[in-house]
Amino acid sequence: MIRTTPFHERLSELNTQGLYTHWQGFLSPLRYTHAPKHEYFAVRNSVGVFDTSPLFKYRLTGPDSSRLLEGALTRDIRRCAPGQAQYTLWCDDGGFVMEDGVVFRHGEEEFLLTAARPNLAWFADLAQGLAVDLEDVSDDFGVLAVQGPRSRQVLEALAPEVGALGYFEHTSAKVASSAVTLSRTGYTGDVGYELTVPAADALDVLDAVLEAGQGHGLRPFGEEALMVLRIEAGLPLIDVEWTNSRLAWSDAERVTPTELGMGWMLRGVPEGDRAFVGRDALRREAEQRSSRWTTVGIVVDWQHWDRLHREAGLLPAKEAHPLPYESALYDAAAGGTQVGYMTSFTYSPVLQRHIGLARVRPDLAQAGTELHVETVVNHTNTTVRAHTARLPLFNPPRKTARP
Amino acid sequence: MTDTPTGSSDRRGADGAAAYDAIVVGGGHNGLINAAYLAKEGLRTLVLERNPLVGGAAITEECLPGFSFTTFSYALSLLRPEIIHELDLVRHGFMPLMMPSSFHPTGDGDYLLLGDDHDQNVQEVRRHSRRDADAYSRYHHDLDRVVQAVRPLFDSAPPDVFGSDGTAGAGFGPDLEWVRKHLGGVERRVMHDVVRLLTGSASDWLEDYFEHPAVAGYHASSSIIGSKVGPMSPGSGLVLLFHKMGEHDGHLGSWAFHKGGNGGFTQVLARAAQAFGAEVRLEAPVTAVLTAAGRVTGVALEDGTELRAPVVVSALDPRRTFLELVDPREMPGEVVDDVRRMKFRGVSAKVNFALDGLPTFPALPDTVDHFGGFLNIGPTVEYVERAFDAAKYGWYSERPFIDAAVQSVVDPDMAPPGKHVMSCFVQYAPYQLRGSDWDTERQRFGDTAQAVLEEHFPGFGDLVLHREVVTPVDIEARTGLTEGNIFAGEFLAPQMYLFRPSPAASRYATPLAGYYQCGSGTHPGGCVIGSPGRFAAQRVLHDLRRDP
Repeated sequence: MIRTTPFHERLSELNTQGLYTHWQGFLSPLRYTHAPKHEYFAVRNSVGVFDTSPLFKYRLTGPDSSRLLEGALTRDIRRCAPGQAQYTLWCDDGGFVMEDGVVFRHGEEEFLLTAARPNLAWFADLAQGLAVDLEDVSDDFGVLAVQGPRSRQVLEALAPEVGALGYFEHTSAKVASSAVTLSRTGYTGDVGYELTVPAADALDVLDAVLEAGQGHGLRPFGEEALMVLRIEAGLPLIDVEWTNSRLAWSDAERVTPTELGMGWMLRGVPEGDRAFVGRDALRREAEQRSSRWTTVGIVVDWQHWDRLHREAGLLPAKEAHPLPYESALYDAAAGGTQVGYMTSFTYSPVLQRHIGLARVRPDLAQAGTELHVETVVNHTNTTVRAHTARLPLFNPPRKTARP
Repeated sequence: MTDTPTGSSDRRGADGAAAYDAIVVGGGHNGLINAAYLAKEGLRTLVLERNPLVGGAAITEECLPGFSFTTFSYALSLLRPEIIHELDLVRHGFMPLMMPSSFHPTGDGDYLLLGDDHDQNVQEVRRHSRRDADAYSRYHHDLDRVVQAVRPLFDSAPPDVFGSDGTAGAGFGPDLEWVRKHLGGVERRVMHDVVRLLTGSASDWLEDYFEHPAVAGYHASSSIIGSKVGPMSPGSGLVLLFHKMGEHDGHLGSWAFHKGGNGGFTQVLARAAQAFGAEVRLEAPVTAVLTAAGRVTGVALEDGTELRAPVVVSALDPRRTFLELVDPREMPGEVVDDVRRMKFRGVSAKVNFALDGLPTFPALPDTVDHFGGFLNIGPTVEYVERAFDAAKYGWYSERPFIDAAVQSVVDPDMAPPGKHVMSCFVQYAPYQLRGSDWDTERQRFGDTAQAVLEEHFPGFGDLVLHREVVTPVDIEARTGLTEGNIFAGEFLAPQMYLFRPSPAASRYATPLAGYYQCGSGTHPGGCVIGSPGRFAAQRVLHDLRRDP
């Protein structure tokens, strides 16, 4: 039986399309209107709301909760003070990424961890013998993302505390007389916030947000818009950019944090004393420089793209839809050899280019390296010229600007 | 909008006058694009703009605190993608906000609301006529085929068919053989459609597809924009085709509001031009192009300043370019004659509103989304044709056609929260009134437009906080567009392509050495396309390489 989120009752009234996908067993709108691009522009130009409630949520409390996370998560939780949050990964012993999530530190001994997939048993096993209370609170909360340049202005009308939040900071606040967590987090690469709301109060909080958004161009956005936003923002998606290492069939499906473009999370790991799952393998990878791939942005040569299509008598397509399958990347030499693969691909309206997220051989990762991307024109395999670029491809200063 | 900072110091030449490699007269979008390309190639380039802000007819002004008006030009579609990339406009803030919908009241209380989903559009058309449902798909496909057929000509300089360039222009742009080869490759049926559109009326073309008057009326609206034609006039097909040439994000004929209005767009252009090193000087009206020994030597400003440059590019319309900036006696009589008889009859006005709230369309009382794009007030072909009637006899429509847009719905930065700006493009409003003048008629004309809005959106008048009426005379006075013609020369077949603005000067050069033209009065023409500016820069650079 498919489930619905705590916001569904109201958001479904705003959905004129009845077009949903399934996200971890929940109904999740692909789009609310006939124009997902308009929903996309709400986030890039005004403000959009997205129901991200299907995320799994785990509460960790008790004296050893920090110790558990120190040992479980790839990124050092000791660098996360109460009131802060971290985007993080967790790996297996082989140093391959299992999953990602955001951990919110509410106090010295209190955390909330979100994850895209269920993870209770994995953390519970690691918690054996530790004084940690680990609880699956996934169904207790709805999470509403409020994203875009007007998000602060809209939320400030409900909870002035929001104005003081720096990037990846959070605070408790009262919205529509409900106790919520307000965090400056999101999955759009723009300035934005998320409200973690007790499920019973979800509709009241949503109504307050919708009302506060009037006159600010606020609109709900669905997964189609989200995919374009997150690709522009260089944010990876599980089962698209990588496969949970514990569920993968071969190492070719697996990636290490460095290969995923998250090498920055390993700051202090080679020389540090923190023991965590995968550490030895990750140290080895760093020492031996054995990473197989580097994650890069791809920017397609617009002239070549247009020419390929026009010469075939077609209108050059500029559609913002994610790639249904991976496409191969070749080096620029004639008859090039495969040097990587692209995991996500879309047309970016703000960048006016086709862009992608890709993994290439580390020696070809330097920004500006010319590559050829596999594509199909008129039922025929061909390649289009592209170059590598630093991620994120879209990174407005407002995203991280201090208030 | 903030003004573009002007360049600081003059570059002094040996004789003490400021020396540039190129001076562009007029800081409209084509002037700025032209200057950006020239500066990008290393030319010391100066843009001289008469007004206190750049943009020409593409400006955004705050008429009432917090309300941003697109005084004249109000939407974007035809801008060529090459320009976005070659001038790196994204880096300078280029941001076209796609219009999610197009709304057409059918005059009987019902409406046609079209959006981004083709299948839903087909159902919406089918609601009015079952027969028109599949015609809708065929119509767009056939029109798209025509667009694809003419696009290569649209996107390149006209060839020198009449030998007017002599040898100077040899090698610039494609030659006649290329044109012949391209046209030879176009399918027979598509070529027939090309000719039907270029010479016929929009209503003749439309009646092959649509039976429902409002469905045809919706599609006819783009056939008259800015032009002294009705949808039943031969020639309106060309105007319809022209407005389909846009290719916003790969969608033919789709439209967007630029962030901050079209003035936001020209500010982006100014930043790009300046980033390439061009200097932009505001409030610097040029009175004359200076010549010596049959060559351009510079320009004279109204305040008497003379600025030197071997290349002067006029971004003004052909009348100003050939008859005012230079002494017509310096030009061959043929060109002067062509420009004198070129038609510039402006028939469009703007009525811009600041609104206290969103208007209400009674059949859609609780939704906003029908305000996401153009509101097309001209229910049927007949309605629009009748609106045209008055213009033939020197008067404005008593029930005008209105292309309205509530831009603040898509771009909330255009108005305070909960308030709105509404741009109304109103037709017909002939430049020359018979038996009266626009100073006398301005407010009555505004009332006429407002009454039509009131008809479709009851209670509209109560929402009006501020109204600005911009007549063709105002357009001419403020932007310099002759007779207020928004295209800098009408879209008539004998004024396009090889003949724009004159068969003797259609390749951006002029008979006066060093003097060039880059305004919308050159191919491919008006609207915010940018190609005239780009092609003219290519021509200047071509000539400099030939004859440095």
